Amino acid sequence: MGGSMNDYAKKFGFKFAERPVHQSEPGISKKIVNEISEIKGEQKWISDSRLKALEHFTKRPMPTWGPDLSEIDFDNTIFYNKPTDKAVQNWDELPTDIRKTFDKLGIPEAERKFLAGVGAQYNSEMVYHKIKEDLAKQGVIFVDPDTAFKKYPDIFKKWFGTVVPHTDNKFAALNSAFFSGGSFIYIPPNVEVKMPLQAYFRMNAENMAQFERTLIIADKGSKVHFMEGCTAPIYSKDSLHAGVVEIIALPGSHVRYTTMQNWSNNVYNLVTKRAYAFEDAIVEWIDANIGSKISMKYPCVVMKGKGARADILSVALAGNGQNLDTGGKAIHLAPNTTSRIVSKSVSHDGGKTNFRGLVKVKKGATDVKSHTKCDALILDNKSFSGTIPQLDVNEDSVSVGHEATVGRIGEDQLFYLTSRGLNEDEATAMIVNGFFETFVKELPTEYAVEFNRLIQLQVGRI
Amino acid sequence: MKLEIKNLHVAVDGKKVVKGVNLAVSEGEVHAIMGPNGAGKSSLSYAIMGHPKYKITKGKIIFDGHDITEFSPDKRAKLGLFLGFQHPLEISGVSVNNFLRTAYRSLKSDSMSILELREFVSKKMSQLKMDKSFAGRGLNEGFSGGEKKLAEILQLVVLQPKIAILDEPDSGTDVDTLKLIAQNIKSVNKKNNTGILLVTHHNRILKYLKPDFVHVLVDGKIAKTGGPELADKLESKGYGWVEA
Repeated sequence: MGGSMNDYAKKFGFKFAERPVHQSEPGISKKIVNEISEIKGEQKWISDSRLKALEHFTKRPMPTWGPDLSEIDFDNTIFYNKPTDKAVQNWDELPTDIRKTFDKLGIPEAERKFLAGVGAQYNSEMVYHKIKEDLAKQGVIFVDPDTAFKKYPDIFKKWFGTVVPHTDNKFAALNSAFFSGGSFIYIPPNVEVKMPLQAYFRMNAENMAQFERTLIIADKGSKVHFMEGCTAPIYSKDSLHAGVVEIIALPGSHVRYTTMQNWSNNVYNLVTKRAYAFEDAIVEWIDANIGSKISMKYPCVVMKGKGARADILSVALAGNGQNLDTGGKAIHLAPNTTSRIVSKSVSHDGGKTNFRGLVKVKKGATDVKSHTKCDALILDNKSFSGTIPQLDVNEDSVSVGHEATVGRIGEDQLFYLTSRGLNEDEATAMIVNGFFETFVKELPTEYAVEFNRLIQLQVGRI
Repeated sequence: MKLEIKNLHVAVDGKKVVKGVNLAVSEGEVHAIMGPNGAGKSSLSYAIMGHPKYKITKGKIIFDGHDITEFSPDKRAKLGLFLGFQHPLEISGVSVNNFLRTAYRSLKSDSMSILELREFVSKKMSQLKMDKSFAGRGLNEGFSGGEKKLAEILQLVVLQPKIAILDEPDSGTDVDTLKLIAQNIKSVNKKNNTGILLVTHHNRILKYLKPDFVHVLVDGKIAKTGGPELADKLESKGYGWVEA
């Protein structure tokens, strides 16, 4: 992908020398799991749960139903890299290289302008975590999991691992064994966090694996928008990112979770994201995948309470060497629940996208409404797109719909735009941006501009 | 400033559709091309603008002294050539405003700010009696036939090219829309000195525009050239009397 790779290199792919305060030996072992527990000074129930998860990971076969994962080199991957002693609340207290990294990525600036709180993860740990004072005063909690274990053990223990247990899948097991970094968020009843909270994930080291863990609990009637972004330098060897996100949306709450996944093209991105939506709660996953070598990610909402609503918007842009297997899952366990899954994918320059969707309606979940729509755009003959929707409906009084389109950019469309002075790359980028419009208008302005620029970088072959 | 078509032959999918057209349109002039269905009028328009499907097998297109026969459409546009489409394409999710801004920026080097440009576009829109909300709609997305025609003319008056080929800007429009379209073509012709090459089936738009020349295209060739009186004659007698 020549041009666009260079653009990525300049804007996101820079790297600084690694100066971790601790780094584990490469490979997977009980010893390293224990080492992590020890460094973090964890309670026994956590270190035990890690070991149980490791055991499960070892026993569980690699999933073979999706993209090829056989080349992941676990033996030569570093599973824990601690960059600093502790997370700070002041950017100036960070080591210069780390501070410079986040400066270049524009995180402190975004924080000043429009964010309610920021967590910044570098390799295996959060190095910065801060929330605006007025929110802290209202009881909003936004800390890394290590702090949460110590300061808020009751609420953490109650929910941790309940939405995504380590037995869920092989990579959830791996995360549960090695998790480090991420966020714990608690929004008290009826508190509305007006500006987004954001976590940014950066993998600086080569050949590493990042396993952040995010747990969001939105108490009754509260509202929050959480955003995450990620990038990494370009290395010739592959890295692994296997995050787990658990959301508990208690009755009447509204949680929106926006992801802008922009890993470099040497990262395996295998993420489990799931939410419980209780009575009348709304959960929205807004999930964009532009980067990574292989992504497998199907954000899920389990509607456990009457009247709960799920909105999943998943977009993917796959270029040369990328295989983005994404989608969404809506599980209706209660009556009068509603779900909408919208997928938009673009493949170009030999890239591959695949939509995988699941809509499940349990017996007794009456008057369910669900609609799935997936649109794919294929920019050339080298690229691919697939659709694998799955329906499992065990109730009669439901309305479940599915529609799918696959399109190519027509010669006439390109001619129309080029006749107005746009060159072919600009015209293509414009059509692709228009195709993603449904997604872009869900983003805060600053991110919308950024997203459109990313598309231009990727699609424009300069 | 002149657009010169010299002995132009065009084939599409191997089929000859334009068979030796000679034509010269200077800035400020208004030319009309009429002719029966399938005579090659749209093919000629596409070929002049550089549609990749319309292959020029012989002849040349000269624009402002440059041989643009091999130029890409965007290069032709940058020199000041414009094509108003008979069937404009839908570009889903791209607003009219965003599109006009992008096109304007790629064609013009002036330093109009985003706000000035928006103001400029909005003035042109009121000139075409278009509702303000139009600017926020997806380009040609769900537009009625008349709205599509107006949107093409909006692009013409915003981009102010040196020479504009307008492929049936009047077809399928009601009387009021037709009048608006004609007025705006005339204004860009008079105020900006834009040369117009108008493809039409109807004499009505020509009543407003008063072309300097009327050409009749029959079977890929210009069979006759005259003044506005030629259009009158075609209206009453049809194309049958014109020899190909």
